[in-house]
Amino acid sequence: MSTNDKQLAPARRRFMTQAGALTFSGVAVAMLGGRSTALAAGTTDEAIEQDVRILNTAIAAEHEAVAAYQLGAESGLLEPGVLKVAVTFQGHHKEHIDALAKAVRSLGGTDVHARNEYNFPVDKLKGQSDVLQFAAGLERGAVSAYAGAIPLFGNRDLSAAAASILADEAMHWAVLRNALGLDPVPGAFFS
Amino acid sequence: MLMTRHPAAAAILVAIVPLVLSLSVAATPPVDLAAGEASYAKCMGCHSPEYNRTGPLHCGLLGRESGAVQFFDYSEAMRGAGLIWNAETLDRFLAAPLEMVPGTSMGFAGIADDEERRNLIAWLATLNSSSDECREVLSPRTGSP
Repeated sequence: MSTNDKQLAPARRRFMTQAGALTFSGVAVAMLGGRSTALAAGTTDEAIEQDVRILNTAIAAEHEAVAAYQLGAESGLLEPGVLKVAVTFQGHHKEHIDALAKAVRSLGGTDVHARNEYNFPVDKLKGQSDVLQFAAGLERGAVSAYAGAIPLFGNRDLSAAAASILADEAMHWAVLRNALGLDPVPGAFFS
Repeated sequence: MLMTRHPAAAAILVAIVPLVLSLSVAATPPVDLAAGEASYAKCMGCHSPEYNRTGPLHCGLLGRESGAVQFFDYSEAMRGAGLIWNAETLDRFLAAPLEMVPGTSMGFAGIADDEERRNLIAWLATLNSSSDECREVLSPRTGSP
């Protein structure tokens, strides 16, 4: 059984025993409204497991983003003003992790943790623009990842939460593009 | 022989066959690698050509068995999928990953546009041992993923 599946395995069992007490709570998941529509909508166990799996994939990507911004922050390549923005964006990603992890736990799953190490193209980061381009690529990919996940959630509240995070990632991407001297919003539609 | 028994029909065939052949060639539009590379930006939230990230690396993807990249923690579903990634399987997977491999960790609805998938797959096919990005990753010295 892979780590991914181990994290899922208890989800179904716990959901069965805790279903009556299943709630989304806390300010961090405020968009979830303090309740789950999973039961009301008759969401199946399989759909809940899929939701947990998708949430954990998102959490894994968010952990990577936190690590990437840490790399940028410690690179010594960022001007003070840019560094401040990078650290702010990193804080957003940490908040995303907190919110997504709470959602996973509310569904009876186990949230994935950060890896001990990540593979980043360190040898290609020689100046501030390299770091910004690297970060912009991750944010662009995150927009697509959330856009691709939103239609799949069995629980529509999770779709709303993911859309909220997508909006934040899109703003990061636009700010980074602007800092690179690129058109911050290069089109009307993104997927 | 057709030519001798039905000369008129043979003449029509002689005229039509090249036309049909040219139409069949035209029915497979050329791929746009630049468009495929642009589409790959969508994958970069989780994937990279050279590195395992949230998703497995893509160097050497075409021709590889599913769930076979070293040091990547696949879902059980993907490990047991028993696929060989080629243009046909990738096209089906990218159109609807969770329909093709239920239980995959790739929580992505899919790429609906046929042409976009075709271009993306063509670009992914360039991530082979002769590409700058993948040469070292795929070299026997470093161990093929």
